[in-house]
Amino acid sequence: MAKIKYIEYSGTEHEIDVANGLTVMEGAIKNKVPGIDADCGGACACATCHVYVDESWAAKLPQKEDGEEDMLDFAFEVKESSRLSCQITVDDTLDGLIVSIPEKQF
Amino acid sequence: MTDQIKTDCLIIGAGPVGLFAVFELGILGLKAEVVDNLDKIGGQCAELYPDKPIYDIPALPSCTGQSLVDNLLEQIKPFQTPMHLNQRLESLKKEGEEWKATTSLGKTFITPNIFIAGGVGSFEPRKPPIENIIKFENKGVAYSIPNKDSYKDKTVAIFGGGDSALDWTVELSKIAKHIYLVHRREEFRAVEHTVSQMRELVEKEKVSLYTKNQLFDADGDERIKNVSIKNQEGEIKTLDCEKILIFHGLKNELGPINDWGLGLSEKQIVVNTEDFQTNLEGIFAIGDIATYPGKLKLILSGFHEAALAAQKAFKRAKPDENLLFRYSTSDKDIHERLGLKK
Repeated sequence: MAKIKYIEYSGTEHEIDVANGLTVMEGAIKNKVPGIDADCGGACACATCHVYVDESWAAKLPQKEDGEEDMLDFAFEVKESSRLSCQITVDDTLDGLIVSIPEKQF
Repeated sequence: MTDQIKTDCLIIGAGPVGLFAVFELGILGLKAEVVDNLDKIGGQCAELYPDKPIYDIPALPSCTGQSLVDNLLEQIKPFQTPMHLNQRLESLKKEGEEWKATTSLGKTFITPNIFIAGGVGSFEPRKPPIENIIKFENKGVAYSIPNKDSYKDKTVAIFGGGDSALDWTVELSKIAKHIYLVHRREEFRAVEHTVSQMRELVEKEKVSLYTKNQLFDADGDERIKNVSIKNQEGEIKTLDCEKILIFHGLKNELGPINDWGLGLSEKQIVVNTEDFQTNLEGIFAIGDIATYPGKLKLILSGFHEAALAAQKAFKRAKPDENLLFRYSTSDKDIHERLGLKK
């Protein structure tokens, strides 16, 4: 399990315990964190679960695969720290992860 | 009223489940018409994963999305079902026992049965959530090219890094005055050949390439006049242009389905598992768009749903006839409908 902090664009923070094996996206959806749409349900096919990973965490996460980088072309206001939250699977090492939610999903 | 098409069943969605519904209706002797918002048959299988293998279709150890669609088309060939592409169902009205359905291109269907096999909704172009882009839609901003002549001698800004963006960059460079191609990273998803064609055009200064830049804003008066782009350092640059083309892929929208009074749950349509009707008599939902306790979003579940819905559709289309359960191995009527030799 990992405690993940989701920060909405407005600044509202949600600290949530997410079980191992779920994705960062699923942690948000199951707990109704606003701003993550996840239209495709986690198939890396829609880019509507776009988040910015806190700088201190960027290097610690598993690298993006090609499919994720391709889908990010479709996201809005993509930055270096952009990830699709459906492609980050939670385990104990992610305890304390901080992700920010962009102003808009497409 | 022009062009009212009477049919036993209108099928919304030409994906695998919609196509198999044509078969299940067809062997019962029912005629169907199919509407789809894409420009091709096959739904997600053809649009999202034509080359990806599927391993869980019964009796097909492996097939690609496209080959599944091709096989289904072969299977429903005897029924010569009209396919109405490039349009989605816009309005739905009850007229007596029948439904009157009109598409975005103005085609009207009169039918006792409508099967919504719409997957995750209709595919629509993904539009940037930027006010000025939406404002100038059809005033210089577009997401597809129905007629390339309107780009002749124009300065065009193209956004995207996939096949559509690159294909059109190459194609329009032949007639446009100048092209700006803007993409958020150095790598392109498009096929290598087109990417190298594009790079040649950049060398010849027919195309100006801005990578590591994203769409930021746009401006104009009657029509679009310029577009601004932002790079990774946050610097904004304004490019004068008369046309903006945005190829940021497709997105699924339930669209008008939201407005018909159907019982919905989390972007899916609630059905009963006896005949897959919705809360509206004669409106069925099958495949990924349907939900019920225990629902699995699998193509094979959609096939089952299509078969059961077709039984009920028969009773609604031909209330005075008896429906007898028959096997395709031995039934003469089925063989005739499939065009087999007697």
